[in-house]
Amino acid sequence: MADHKPKGISRWLFTTNHKDIGTMYLVFSFIMFLIGGAMAMVIRAELFQPGLQFVEPNFFNQMTTLHGLIMVFGAVMPATVGLANWLIPMMIGAPDMALPRMNNWSFWILPAAFILLLSSLFMEGGAPNFGWTFYAPLSTTYGPPSTDFFIFGVHLMGISSIMGAINVIVTVFNMRAPGMTLMKMPLFVWTWLITAFLLVMVMPVLAGAVTMMLTDRHFGTSFFDAAGGGDPVMFQHIFWFFGHPEVYIMILPAFGIASAIIPTFSRKKLFGYSSMVYATASIAFLSFIVWAHHMFTVGMPVKGELFFMVATMLIAVPTGVKVFNWIATMWQGSITYETPMLYAIAFVILFTIGGFSGVMLALTPVDWQYHDTYFVVAHFHYVLFPGAIFGTMAAVYYWMPKWTGRMYDEKLAKVHFWLSIVFVNLTFFPMHFSGLAGMQRRVPDYNIMFSDFNMWSSIGAFGLGLTQFLFLWILIKTCWLKKGEKATDQVWEGAEGLEFTHLPSPAPYHSFDTPPKVD
Amino acid sequence: MSNSNQQSEQQDKNKVMTRKLVMVTLIMLAFGFAMIPLYDVFCEITGLNGKSNGLAVYEQQEPDTSREITVQFMTITKNDMPWDFEPVETQIKVYPGKEYEVAFRVKNRAGKAIVGQAIPSFSPNLVSQYFNKTECFCFNQQTLAAGATEEMPMRFFVDKDLPEKYDTITLAYTLHNVTPAEQQTQAAD
Amino acid sequence: MSLFRKVALAVAALAVLVLTGCSDQAYNMREGVTEISKEVYSLHMIVIWVCVVIGVLTFGAMFYSMFAHRKSKNPNPAKFSHSTTVEIIWTVIPFIILIALAVPAVKLLIKMEDSSNPDMTVMVKGWQWKWEYKYIDGDNDPSNDVSFFSNLDDASRQQALNAGKYFSGTKIEDENYLLEVDNPLVIPAGQKVRFLVTAEDVIHSFWVPDFSVKKDAIPGFINEVWTKVDEPGIYRGVCAELCGKDHGFMPIVVKVLEQAEYDAWLAEQVEAAKSGPDLNERTMAQLMTEGEAAYNKYCAACHMPNGQGNGPFPSLIGTEVVTGEGSVGKHIDIVLNGVPGTAMQAFGAQLTEAEIAAIITYERNAWGNDTGDKVQPQDIYDMKNGGGE
Repeated sequence: MADHKPKGISRWLFTTNHKDIGTMYLVFSFIMFLIGGAMAMVIRAELFQPGLQFVEPNFFNQMTTLHGLIMVFGAVMPATVGLANWLIPMMIGAPDMALPRMNNWSFWILPAAFILLLSSLFMEGGAPNFGWTFYAPLSTTYGPPSTDFFIFGVHLMGISSIMGAINVIVTVFNMRAPGMTLMKMPLFVWTWLITAFLLVMVMPVLAGAVTMMLTDRHFGTSFFDAAGGGDPVMFQHIFWFFGHPEVYIMILPAFGIASAIIPTFSRKKLFGYSSMVYATASIAFLSFIVWAHHMFTVGMPVKGELFFMVATMLIAVPTGVKVFNWIATMWQGSITYETPMLYAIAFVILFTIGGFSGVMLALTPVDWQYHDTYFVVAHFHYVLFPGAIFGTMAAVYYWMPKWTGRMYDEKLAKVHFWLSIVFVNLTFFPMHFSGLAGMQRRVPDYNIMFSDFNMWSSIGAFGLGLTQFLFLWILIKTCWLKKGEKATDQVWEGAEGLEFTHLPSPAPYHSFDTPPKVD
Repeated sequence: MSNSNQQSEQQDKNKVMTRKLVMVTLIMLAFGFAMIPLYDVFCEITGLNGKSNGLAVYEQQEPDTSREITVQFMTITKNDMPWDFEPVETQIKVYPGKEYEVAFRVKNRAGKAIVGQAIPSFSPNLVSQYFNKTECFCFNQQTLAAGATEEMPMRFFVDKDLPEKYDTITLAYTLHNVTPAEQQTQAAD
Repeated sequence: MSLFRKVALAVAALAVLVLTGCSDQAYNMREGVTEISKEVYSLHMIVIWVCVVIGVLTFGAMFYSMFAHRKSKNPNPAKFSHSTTVEIIWTVIPFIILIALAVPAVKLLIKMEDSSNPDMTVMVKGWQWKWEYKYIDGDNDPSNDVSFFSNLDDASRQQALNAGKYFSGTKIEDENYLLEVDNPLVIPAGQKVRFLVTAEDVIHSFWVPDFSVKKDAIPGFINEVWTKVDEPGIYRGVCAELCGKDHGFMPIVVKVLEQAEYDAWLAEQVEAAKSGPDLNERTMAQLMTEGEAAYNKYCAACHMPNGQGNGPFPSLIGTEVVTGEGSVGKHIDIVLNGVPGTAMQAFGAQLTEAEIAAIITYERNAWGNDTGDKVQPQDIYDMKNGGGE
């Protein structure tokens, strides 16, 4: 049972190894990130100037829809699942995931789901064009024929995510090394455990919503059609009951990543470990009772609006605790600034900016002015790009030496970081202004008063897009061409956790066949 | 030996837990569907979204003549609905606790029989729970022969518990064409 | 420590710089012209400043630590890893700040949602992709209710298409580009106007930033929202909810008039509505000119100005319905009543008899269709009211 790896394509098709599956998830998500990014480039090219220059409004809507779906379900979520696969067994001292065969399925369903979704671009009537939130009746009565492929695709993604989540929960509960108590687990494992519970709770609700859409479209039901006694607003309630926890599904793993990286490079223990765990749990709980803050303009009774406003504002408290804890971790530490740390710090700062606009959006009376404008676009891109995606990039730089046994090119990585941070702000910060000035979301054309902001956003977006090819090159250079100095077993001076203290670099194909001793 | 024992024990534990989690998934799937009736119940209790209640029974009672409520009637006809549809009176003043009857005029402009369904909606949303219909055409689908006209009655009373702050109630009926599909294509040929 | 002060000062200076920039109209939320919109604006400014102050403090501490506690300055890290007191403090303080923010928000929201005792009511109906306004006067005679459609103006349409000729060099300079309509909504100044918002097809959202009014228009349901504008003027808004292809091309223009001017305007509208449709016979040339204009306004968005159609929207050139033998009746029927289950709307209620006659004549004779068919407003009127067939 040495370090035996099967060879060829069948290694990847039939693998049950958590490291192989993790790699496949990460590669897949990077491909999706580039495809979704290319669509963002189409969007930004059209919005570069007022007037319709490149694409027709209908195609523009297809681009915004697919960009959203691909980034959420194809890039961010699989990336975090990939990290979970690679890291959770090593972090808790388990030989593999608890359900390795299911692990293989849950990955291989994904490419099928996205081929279905992307194939809709070439269909009669075009791809789905109703926004990633697919509000009825625009997506039911008025949806293009390809909507059915979209529905089937979403079902597959849902099944994949649920299987992945079940695997994580079972692994964390049953496979921990002796002595690895719950409150000793690294925060990444904690945040992923909570994420997995969110997934198991809300992905089935999404599956229900798209199933209802399907029966409304083809089998004569009228869940969302007023003529048959249904209610289009009902769709939004169901969708956001899934949609809001979904936001935390994307960001919680990044919280865990920051909680691993910041202590390492501060050479100091994480401040307030247990309050971090409780804060994560309370964020997850609150995420279930705030969904209607996405719907303040649909005409809810005042009491309902007040409830959702106050509940939403409460989320700022545990989130604030996390941010303060990260700063306290750095406080009086002995900090160095390797690329993972730079990304983690950028994550904390820019995510917090997204949090501030979140508090603003939570206030119902002012939300009436922000709702469905570029202000909202700015808000969630701040939470997702410098939040979830920077978090993932930080993780890749941080653990890549452990995965491959080689250091990445630090100089290039720093260039990648500085270009990314400049362009990410250039892209998304002006969106706050265009939104406040009155530019609504999801439009291919706009009044000339928004020209300057849109021009800056577009320039930033092109820069941000190109910069990611540098990331691709860094990855190829380290992982494929195997250039770069050999990494030590601990990799980073201040690194803790079983993967750094108990395993060599690169981590062997089979690790912890006999559980480590944890004290 | 003990090692493989441990392994199968571990696998059993994993199986049990997986089964539980699959149950949770299925329960949440059912919950997604259950949200539909739950939402309707919730709407009925709170008047959310201005959906109206079912049939009410009027019990003889002393009207509250200390205040008058303006009840406005609005009609919205869907674009694919070839009916003229309008209230006989666009607004009346009522005392809470007293029963009134109003009527809506319909005319089928089409050259064929059409089935219509009126869906009520209230504004402000919350008053729907104080507005009781004792008879309404909106409880059933209505069929009109080609070119026919009709006056459809609606009887209602406003609950005496209606909070003081509401002095105007708007009741909007949206008229949908629910003629069965096969009938529609037949007529089109 | 002195360096920390410098950094903190620089950050604060930058924040002030950005924020003063923010108070400028073009960067910031509009203050608007109603009492409510002004209160919304000031609440918005309060939250921004609260966020800026918290941000400066938090990031200030972080940047100080990043600088002062770097390895070269502080080679031996401290050992502490929790402090219950500190953790309680930074849980409680944000909580208090949030409550302080929630109180004015709650008060304002209750005020905004109080639509009781309106002076007048206008029904607002969203369509793909235009607005319909209906004035409900409460005199118990529905025939006195004024209603009309409000479409994107031709100038914006033309400019969008011109700029679309792949870098033709046409630069758009019209300051009301995409924010101008043919028939604006007209309301009187100083009156509490209640809008009952609904939709025909999909969800739209009625948004006028200057009034701080935004309400979703949901098919089959009515929502209400109100405003009271004291200052006469022209205010512009847009549809805020994705409603399909031309979501970005259905602006809202509200013209606020002094009461007397408003009354005169309304009387004129009622008069026009009563005089009945214009059914005068037209020559072929008239029909073609009027038809081209109306076609470009109502039909070209989907069927394209050259009639070739686009994706799911069929071509009108040489097809059975348009050029087929004896297909005039079918053609009129489709335009009047739409095609159920497709994007083809019923235009019978939206357009005048003259417009429909001109559009059909134009479609049957333009782009080489040349059927020679001539459809008169009277034909449309008969078909509409005689049940056709």
